[in-house]
Amino acid sequence: MCAKNIVRVSGVTKDFDLGKIVVNVLKGIDLEIETGMYISIMGPSGSGKSTLFNMIGGLDKPTSGKVFIDEVDIAQLDAYELAWLRCRKIGYIFQTFNLIPVMTALENVTLPMTFAGTPNDAAVDRGMELLKLVGLDGRHSHKPSELSGGQQQRVAVARALANNPSIILADEPTGNLDLKTGEDVIELLKQMSKERDVTVISATHDYKMLNVSDQVVWIRDGRVDKIQNREELDITTGGLAKAE
Amino acid sequence: MKRLVALPFSKSLEIAYKSIRVRFFRSLITTLSLVLAVSFLCYTQTSNNYAESMLLSGGQQVIEQLQAIGYDVNVGDTSLTASPKQRWLIFLSLLVCIVGIINAQLMSVTERFREIGTMKCLGALDRFIVRIFILEAGFQGLAGAASGAILGAFVAIMSGLFRFGLRSFSLLIWTDIFTTVLFAVLIGTGLSLLGVLYPALLAARMQPVEAMRVDQ
Ligand SMILES: Nc1ncnc2c1ncn2[C@@H]1O[C@H](COP(=O)(O)OP(=O)(O)O)[C@@H](O)[C@H]1O
Ligand SMILES: [Mg+2]
Repeated sequence: MCAKNIVRVSGVTKDFDLGKIVVNVLKGIDLEIETGMYISIMGPSGSGKSTLFNMIGGLDKPTSGKVFIDEVDIAQLDAYELAWLRCRKIGYIFQTFNLIPVMTALENVTLPMTFAGTPNDAAVDRGMELLKLVGLDGRHSHKPSELSGGQQQRVAVARALANNPSIILADEPTGNLDLKTGEDVIELLKQMSKERDVTVISATHDYKMLNVSDQVVWIRDGRVDKIQNREELDITTGGLAKAE
Repeated sequence: MKRLVALPFSKSLEIAYKSIRVRFFRSLITTLSLVLAVSFLCYTQTSNNYAESMLLSGGQQVIEQLQAIGYDVNVGDTSLTASPKQRWLIFLSLLVCIVGIINAQLMSVTERFREIGTMKCLGALDRFIVRIFILEAGFQGLAGAASGAILGAFVAIMSGLFRFGLRSFSLLIWTDIFTTVLFAVLIGTGLSLLGVLYPALLAARMQPVEAMRVDQ
């Protein structure tokens, strides 16, 4: 192993106890993700992508198994360290954008910086810079309700980048976007991963993601089906295109 | 490296203030029951203050007048206290008010599940969330209780003037009335804070995943 693993998932299972029955959603996932890669977690709806996303992001705890971020077992972190991890290390992007509705685009982007202890002026400067980066200069004083879906997701991307995280976790970032704006957001994520050496992990069933991914992890029924690298992907997508 | 997240107090104030302003109508409704209860409290107390001022200034005639209205006074008394019935009514109205506040705040928490979960994903600690909710309730409480108290005192003084005549105005002991208003404002703000406690804890304890569900 030459490159460092920023995320390591080891034997993770997740059961949901629904009272009468217990659903095994994740049935033992092992995964190693190298720094700076653009990873897509692909799989049909209901295969457990979001559940895995929540485990990697420290938003939920696995039933068994471990998740390591920078070789630290996140189950060992206390509430403060976990908040710090969510604030500084990881940037989250959601299918439903999840901007704070009462705040402007700029305030949404500066909020994580405030949590990180950045002085207000510096946060505002950086927030404006980030909004410009995602192509939203001039929109900083707009509320989420005054922005289109694609624009909201751009604000979410800017927000995710606020504290220079090492990882961006995106759960179906294009799920609620049309084809064109979806492509734009994917392009933006790819650019971030290239220019800033951010590791992007994106759960998706959007085949547009295949073109930009360095690696695709196929999930089926709570297990890793197969892992494909760039080279193999070129062959498969070629095949897909032919089949269509 | 210190791995701490922070939310400066001024920033919490700003967030709470904006949150109220944006949801102004909803905040107004949450506060309305408080306004009514506090104004009732203040009205009753100020009316008693008024009657007391009269009692201290006048003789037999005033006592008869007060007795006719329903006060339990006799010659030689220098103070008036709320009757048991009045106290019971005040207690009930405050009780109804706090139940209303808890109810409205619980709804507000449910409405803001996703917002709270998102904040937690961005690194908010439980106590940031509690602090924001308490500040909001503090603002609402202060504004609602102040307007309620002023309303109550105003109505009480007006009806006093009507009852005892314009000349009675100069006899009023303003420090007593002022104390009554202040007391009513404090009680009202206290109730608002008390009512938000449980909803705020509920909000803070929520796990970020719960807020992230797409299907809700
Ligand atoms: N909190 C939960 N309680 C019960 N079942 C859940 C919960 N979260 C997810 N599931 C179930 O787990 C399965 C996988 O869900 P999910 O991870 O959201 O899939 P995906 O994101 O791949 O569409 C689904 O069958 C879903 O119903
Ligand atoms: Mg999902």
